[in-house]
Amino acid sequence: MNKYLIEKIIFWIFRIMAFLVVGILFWILAFIAAEGMQVISWEFIFSMPKEGMTQGGIFPAIVGTICLMIGSMLFAFPIGVMSAIYLNEFLLPGKLKTFINLMTDNLAGIPSIVFGLFGMALFVNKLHFGDSILAGSLTLGLFVLPIIIRTTETALKSIDDTYRHASYAMGASKLYTIKNVVIPMAMPNIITGLILGMGRVSGETAPILFTVAAYFLPQLPDSIYDQVMALPYHLYVLATSGTDIESSRPMAYGTALVLIFIVLICNLTANFIRSIKN
Amino acid sequence: MNAKITVTDLNFFYGNFQALKNISLRIPENQVTAFIGPSGCGKSTLLRLFNRMNDLIEDIKLQGEILIDGKDIYSKNTDLIQLRKNVGMVFQKPNPFAKTIFENVAYGLKVNGVTNKAEITMQVESALTRAALWDEVKDKLNKSALAISGGQQQRLCIARCLAVRPEIILMDEPASALDPISTSKIEELILDLKSKYTIIIVTHNMQQASRISDKTAFFYLGELIEYGETNQLFMAPKIERTQNYITGRFG
Repeated sequence: MNKYLIEKIIFWIFRIMAFLVVGILFWILAFIAAEGMQVISWEFIFSMPKEGMTQGGIFPAIVGTICLMIGSMLFAFPIGVMSAIYLNEFLLPGKLKTFINLMTDNLAGIPSIVFGLFGMALFVNKLHFGDSILAGSLTLGLFVLPIIIRTTETALKSIDDTYRHASYAMGASKLYTIKNVVIPMAMPNIITGLILGMGRVSGETAPILFTVAAYFLPQLPDSIYDQVMALPYHLYVLATSGTDIESSRPMAYGTALVLIFIVLICNLTANFIRSIKN
Repeated sequence: MNAKITVTDLNFFYGNFQALKNISLRIPENQVTAFIGPSGCGKSTLLRLFNRMNDLIEDIKLQGEILIDGKDIYSKNTDLIQLRKNVGMVFQKPNPFAKTIFENVAYGLKVNGVTNKAEITMQVESALTRAALWDEVKDKLNKSALAISGGQQQRLCIARCLAVRPEIILMDEPASALDPISTSKIEELILDLKSKYTIIIVTHNMQQASRISDKTAFFYLGELIEYGETNQLFMAPKIERTQNYITGRFG
């Protein structure tokens, strides 16, 4: 066969594969949107679930998910950023750096359900936080920590060394340089990592399963020791173990749509911050 | 000649690699000294020893002596911050911080503990004036330093360095990333500054070295091959290798 023809065919296969990915994504989004839009209303978003979760809204689950997004980041963001600064700015290449990087990658590779189990053992039982926002946030925080570390490290690496050197050359210390030159320049990308991490956290189900998520709790939390409902777990409940699965199905799609919307907002915000920087 | 910097029997190693071999030279005060030579000849390494930028690198070894104003800058008593205040540096690529023009020039002052606002404002204007940039930026001091042209950015970096009031300015190919017009402005500025500062410039551009420097040092493979008055070195080099390099026969 003519080699130009072979090339053409092969590139067409690649092209079809690429469009297939986009196509599948749009199909999922369109399907969820079409099904979910039927129940979406102000009432759905801002009211409590009623009638065994076949009526009413998902307000407590939205609030719960937002609490967990913020709570997990209060924990993971400072720790992640500080360890990334240590790894990139202070630690010289060597065995220790290789080891810490390996461990960070391994932490990222642990299945999320294992985080859930660990969180239950440590935060819920051992530290007596009970099923609570605190325990769930800490568990989700551990889960998202490698993502924060990696994005922060990448952000710091992208700052050319001549900026650091220019600062040292004026007599500035390393710490002063990091605080006044490196961090301000890396900030847009660090914040992008934070927001992508929040998006990631919002959809995780396994880490909150045994640590915070409530099956049905039609009230808002008073403190960090309260349980909350959360969107991904609520979706699971509505789809598989509600009181009347058939009649709560439209609400499941509505919940999925809200969840996707939150993730989408996070990703678009992250892209926007990245673009204003460039 | 009043020597500002005196280098005596200097050997410098990166690990096992000897980057500088037995260098001795005296750099005169308030003149422009050019370091020329092919890539990897050690000229930038030597430049960076004058403000101890090479301290940042692991596994280095230095033998010999570098005196600035008669003081050994590698002695244990050297105040590194004081040294770097005294020996400013301008880099190859313009590297203003992602701050306003004003903040860039004020940076070095703040590093060194100046907090008086009026004092900072005065010093910033003075540094920008000396860097021949004041008229171009006086109406946009609060705009981002990244919004001005590359040539202006490089003069801003010079102003940033001047604001700390150094006596010596090290320039590592300061015009190599700039267009010809910006380059000639930088060269004019260097000639203008030399009455008050001792300037050492690393350059790959032989015409530039001959235009702006009083003295030129030619390095090759870590050795100082020839060092003398710029006119003499370019018109009548004493050593054949210098002759070959400046006429473009190798490098």
